[in-house]
Parts: sequence; C-alpha cells; structure tokens
Amino acid sequence: MKDQANFWMSKQEQRHYQIRKSYSYGMHTALVVATLLVLAPLCSILGYVIFKGAPGFNLDFFTQLPKPVGESGGGMANAILGSFTLIGLAALVGIPWGLGVGLYLSEYGKQRSLFTNIVRFSIDTLASLPSIIIGLFIYAAVVRSMGRFSAIAGGLALSLLMVPIIARTSEELLSMIPMHTREAGLALGLPRWKVILWIILKGSLAPLSTGVILALARIAGETAPLLFTAFNNQYWQSGLDQPIASIPAQIFNYATSPFDDWHNQAWTAAFLLVIIVMLLNLTTKFILRTRRA
Amino acid sequence: MKSESNDLNQTIDEPITAVSIDSKKHQPAGLYLHGYGDFIFANLLRLFALALVLMLAAIGFFLYHAARPSIAASGLNFFIENDWDPIKERFGIPAVLYGTLVSSFIAIMLASPLSIGVALFITQIAPRSISTLLSSLVEMLAIIPSVVYGLWGIFVLAPWLRETVEPFLGHYLGFIPLFQGPISGVGMLTAGLILAIMITPTISSILREVFLAVPAAHKESALALGFTRWEMMSYAILKSCKKGIAGAVILGMGRALGETMAVTMVIGNKNEISASLFAPATTMASIIANEYSEATDDIHLAALIEVGLILLAVTFIINTLARLLIFRNQSRSHNK
Repeated sequence: MKDQANFWMSKQEQRHYQIRKSYSYGMHTALVVATLLVLAPLCSILGYVIFKGAPGFNLDFFTQLPKPVGESGGGMANAILGSFTLIGLAALVGIPWGLGVGLYLSEYGKQRSLFTNIVRFSIDTLASLPSIIIGLFIYAAVVRSMGRFSAIAGGLALSLLMVPIIARTSEELLSMIPMHTREAGLALGLPRWKVILWIILKGSLAPLSTGVILALARIAGETAPLLFTAFNNQYWQSGLDQPIASIPAQIFNYATSPFDDWHNQAWTAAFLLVIIVMLLNLTTKFILRTRRA
Repeated sequence: MKSESNDLNQTIDEPITAVSIDSKKHQPAGLYLHGYGDFIFANLLRLFALALVLMLAAIGFFLYHAARPSIAASGLNFFIENDWDPIKERFGIPAVLYGTLVSSFIAIMLASPLSIGVALFITQIAPRSISTLLSSLVEMLAIIPSVVYGLWGIFVLAPWLRETVEPFLGHYLGFIPLFQGPISGVGMLTAGLILAIMITPTISSILREVFLAVPAAHKESALALGFTRWEMMSYAILKSCKKGIAGAVILGMGRALGETMAVTMVIGNKNEISASLFAPATTMASIIANEYSEATDDIHLAALIEVGLILLAVTFIINTLARLLIFRNQSRSHNK
C-alpha cells in the first residue's frame, strides 16, 4: 500500500494523508470509548441489582406482608399481587382499545384523511407525554370524583400508557399484510368485519402479541402515574376501589426510607422487576425470531 | 397498489353483498346483517380512535380545570416570583423551571455526543454480530424502569459522585462557580448524569435509524473520492443528517424534561436557584412527585397541577417540533 502510494503522492501529501488517517483512527477510538461509556452504567446497574437483590430472593419475599418499621423480615407479597392486579386492569382496557385504534388505522385509515392524521398525531403525542402527566390527569378526573386513591384509577392510568404503544405497533404490523389477503376474504363473500377479525387479526396474533407484551413491559415498571392514582398500601388490598400496593411504588418508598432492611428489600424488588421486564422483552424477541425462521 | 386500496375502500362503505344489487329484494336476511355488521364494526373502531383523540383533549382540559384556582390566584406571578411557600400560599416556579432546564441541559450535553458515537459505531464500524448485540444492550438501558435507575442513583451513583467525582471537580475546576459549594452527592449534577444515562438509548436508537437511512451510494462515493472512514462519516452521514440529529436530541430533551422517579430520588428536592451544580435543586416533575402527598390544601394541589399543565405544554411543543424534524428528514430519504 505504502509503495503504491509513493507513485502518486508527494512526500508532503503522504504526510498529510498519514495525519488524516491517524485522525480517522483517533475518531474510531473515540467512538469505541463512547460505546463503552454508554455500556458502563448498564453493567453497573445490572451488577448491583443482581448482587444486592439476589440474596433477598426467598420464599418470604413472595409470601409475607411488609413488616412494620424496626422489625426485620417480611416480604412484598401484597405489592407483587398488586402489581399484577394493576397490570391486569390496565390490560383489560388498554389491549382492546389499542388494538381497536391500530385496526382502524390499518384497515380504514389507509387514505390519509384529516381524521386519521389527527388520530396518528394523538398516538404520537400520547406516547411522548411524561407518564406523570397521565397520573395527574387520572388524579384530576377519576381520583377526585371517586374521593380516594384506587386500584381502578391506577389501572386506568397504566392503560393510557399502553394504548399508544399497542396502537402504533399493531398498525405497523397489520399494514404489512398484503392487500390480496383481504381481497381473497372479500371475494369469498365474507363481510369486511369478518375478514378483519377472522383473517387479518387472527392471522397475525403472534406478531400483534409482541406489541402487547412490549406495552406490558413498559407499564410494569412505571411508578410516577401510580403515585397519585393507586397510591400504596402496606396490607392486602380489600377491593379494587381501594389503594393498592405495587412493586415500583414499594421500591420508591423503601429506597427513600432511612432503614437498611428496607433498602435491601428495595434491591430485591428491583431485581424482580428487572427480571420481569427483561423476560417480557425476551419473549417478544423470541416470538419475532420464530416467526421469521 | 394504491389505486387498488382506494377502490376497496370506496366499495366497502356500502354493504358488501354476495348477490348483485338488483336482486336486493330477494336477499336472505343474513346478507343484510352482513351490511349492518360492517357498519357497526367500522364505527366501533372509529369510536376507539375518536376516544383516543378525545382523551388527549381531556388531559389538557382536566389539568387546566384542576389548576384553575392556582392560575386565578397567582396569575403571571407564577412564572416570575421565586417563592414556593405552601404555608403562606405563595407559589412561583422560576427555581423549578431553572432546575428543569439545567438538569435537562446537562443530560443533553452528555448524552448527545455519546449517542452519536454509539449510533455511528453500531451502524458504520461494528461487524454485524457485534452491532446487533450492542443494539440490544443499549435497548436494555431503555427498558430498565425509572425507579430502578433511582435506586441505583441513590445508593451507587450519588456516593460515587460524593466521594470521587465532585471532590475532583471541586479541586481542579473549583474556580468556576458551577463547581463550588458543599458536596452532598445529591443535586443537579447527579440528576443530569442519571438523565443522560436514561435518554442515551432514546437518542441513539433514533439516530441509528436516521443513519441507516443514508443511501449506501453516498457513503461509497465519499470513500471512492479518497475520504478516510471518519471523513466519510462526518461528511456523508453527520452533515447530511443534521435535521435528524437535531430531532433525536430534542426528543431526548423531551424525555429528560418529564422524567420523574429517578430525578426525584437523586436531585435533593430543594426549591432554590444555585450557581453550583453540586447543590440540590428540583424539577417540574420532581416537585409534583415529591409534594403531592403533603398537598392537603386545594391551592397547593392546584399549583402542583399547574406545574403539570406547564410540563404538558412544554413537552407537547418539544415533541411536535422533534417529530417534524425527524419525520421530514426520513420521508425525504425514503422518497429517494
């Protein structure tokens, strides 16, 4: 390479080229360093969550109620159950709503009309709103009129976070289905709604579920909207119209408390939360991969 | 393809029947039901979509409605008077705005170059196997819940800053007011740092797509002209993606402004404007999360909700702006 270069480069040009080349290598190194700098916190977070959280991962943690201040031991059974209740409530509202909007946009919104543009804009806006705003909204709209914090309010707040994610992913996935699939159904004499439900929707349940799972993973870790909707609870919840505990809210409470025992529990809860969220994300990857293969 | 779909959509508004229109009289009842089914189903879906739009409007309306007592009481002083005193019922948010802007600014300054670096590395340098691995690792940063970041911030990041970084900065850069004052570990710098970590995956994943949209011909012709690889990246990619980069950074900023839990846990929640980055501060989101439980009187609550309303307006504007930048940029490159 060097010998070749001598034919058409003067000494000066060669030196210039060498400088440019080493500058390029320098920038390559900088990019690698940037990547490592981004990954460092990830390693630190995962490392601490595992090493501090894993030791507390025992049966008590899953079966016991939180102990009062000063007593050691206890677990987060109510928060774990509460989190699943909240996620279930959110899914009950969020999944049909999100899928409905996604279906509408992919099946009836192909032509860009003013209304579909507004709907798409709303989805994007809702997706980018800070989750605390959603919490405040549910507080102002539901909690105030009900007069107390409740599981229902928390579930509603979480469902509003799910809707844009599900709507967006399902629209993208469904509009990839070729038009002739729909035409084939219509040609058989099926009405359009049956084509949509039994051919379009049923045929893409697996990829659609990835959007749903991603949305669930997102809301599983949400704390801010729960603070003023579901609040928290140190006991088993007595009803859906009562305040309810959740894993993220419990982490927040314990982490900001001055007690070492609670700090350890917070780490364990964080460990559990990270496992749940990662598993959900891995599931989507797995579903997509098996379909592609 | 397009015309096909148009035709389909036109016919669909009328009930589709297997029998031709002339013989409508002799149709079995089931076919009429098909028509109604379509009508009902389409409007049901339309209703879902409409409900979403209305929900967005309702968010603005309810927040405004709930914030009205505070808006009426404070007026414009809300933005001017730097005095947040729930007991005297005086509310002003300059310190809150300052804290929000500065912490997000720190985050952006740290996160943008790093995100550009990561995105360039993933899309241009790394071999395929490493780049998919890296993408999913960076993605992992995005899926860790905010409250876990906060936990890590309190027990790992803050002590590290208190014992290592802040004394170092104070010792060598102490002549700048930014790095003076007592060191506590919680404060503006910690919040900015944790925000930077949290928004890096947001920015870099958008940048990755923006960079991938650059046509290969541009990169190849740059290399063919004798550019080094870095020159190719800076001329063919960075310069042509300016708008996309700006959009990604603004989108990251939008996320940083509204991030609540992690910031609340590490910023120290003190309502003061301080020149020092070591000093505790507060942001719009953190003051809401921190004070909602103490807000017993209506006016305090209304003031907090007004802060939320302002946050809503700011993030709305910022995100719309960012989407315009990214969307235009991408749609243009798709057209080519």
